[in-house]
Amino acid sequence: MLYANALACVKGDRPLFRGLSLRVAPGDLLRVAGPNGFGKTSLLRILCGLAMPESGEIRWNDVPINSDRESYHRALLYLGHAPSLNDLLTPLENLRFACSSGGDKVDEDACIDALVRIGLAQQLDLPARVLSQGQRRRVGLARLFLEADRKLWILDEPFTALDVAAVADLTATLSEHCAAGGMVVLTTHQDAPFAKAPAVLDLAEVAC
Amino acid sequence: MSRALGPFAAVLSRDLLLAWRGRADVLVTLAFFVVVVCLFPFGVGAEPNLLRTIAPGVLWVAALLSTLLSLHRLFAQDHADGTLEQLLLTPEPTVLWVVAKISAHWIATGLPLVVVAPGLALLFDVEQGALGVLILSLALGTPILALLGAVGAALTLGLRGGGMLLALLVLPLFVPVLIFGAGAVDAYLSGSGAQAHLLLLGGGLLASLALAPLACAAALRIAVE
Repeated sequence: MLYANALACVKGDRPLFRGLSLRVAPGDLLRVAGPNGFGKTSLLRILCGLAMPESGEIRWNDVPINSDRESYHRALLYLGHAPSLNDLLTPLENLRFACSSGGDKVDEDACIDALVRIGLAQQLDLPARVLSQGQRRRVGLARLFLEADRKLWILDEPFTALDVAAVADLTATLSEHCAAGGMVVLTTHQDAPFAKAPAVLDLAEVAC
Repeated sequence: MSRALGPFAAVLSRDLLLAWRGRADVLVTLAFFVVVVCLFPFGVGAEPNLLRTIAPGVLWVAALLSTLLSLHRLFAQDHADGTLEQLLLTPEPTVLWVVAKISAHWIATGLPLVVVAPGLALLFDVEQGALGVLILSLALGTPILALLGAVGAALTLGLRGGGMLLALLVLPLFVPVLIFGAGAVDAYLSGSGAQAHLLLLGGGLLASLALAPLACAAALRIAVE
């Protein structure tokens, strides 16, 4: 369970939000909403442990994430704005590296299956620099098919640059993950077709 | 143990593959080294005794400058494309993959210098016995340069004009390595034996291997924040 209490975030001199608390239990899907510049990405990065909040604390299974970083990050999968693709590597090489550098055992066939499922069957052996924006996005998202055993998924704008069919497949995958006891925190500006409407955290309400 | 080696091997093999795919960058560093060394005889004149005397210093300064030339590439690409964030979020200790990245960087940019240096030393008419000492001093010294330089590269990551700042930051730290590296060859040539210099370089390598990755990891965490 992810629990954050009284988080405050300051960017430069500008306070973004204050007194933000949230709780994500197994099976929950939380959508962080708010206009541009209200700190959605900042919040996700704080929740991951990439950035420090101005004040407040974050607990994973009742342990502050700073005191047991390893087990928190073993349970976490974060996909940020940047797709973390190297242009000189193929999608397959990028995906395998993303999994193996995280300490997960990767099976080459499983990686190929994930890329085929997300619609990159033709691009497996092309360098990533020739991929379109949507295709680059998909390489990152293919990790979701491989790392379902990571309980908490934190996704920053996962639907950006995806076509309608891919959005539908992705929402189904997210719902499946939640149904299996996983947790998802995401930001999106689009109305994704979730079967069950996700809980919404509106940053406009806690803005300074 | 094997669980910890997995990510280390993953980062090392990926970075070596990237160095191979982008080998033009690596060759530029090496060409720079060769060109700088070859410029000296034109500048100071082709007096054999003089060239023999300055050879260790010239080779070492050139190695140091070409190391500096490639340092900014160490984390820049990973920082720009988000890979660095993902690596910081792996459950493995940050130090582990930092060492893997620095090792790959040294194999791609430092090791070639060690390999071509003896050939260049012959241009300066350095006596054959001193070549072994030169190779050994570079083999012990260039990894120190890579380790210290990585700390500088991590500290200046994402800064405007970071390249210049990086040079100002790490060049003073390179001075002891230069003194003992070039000094090893001089000591051998003067007959007093290079052992003391090489032992000091070895000690420096162990110390920087123990400390630099920690500093580097801390600097990288600050850089992505």
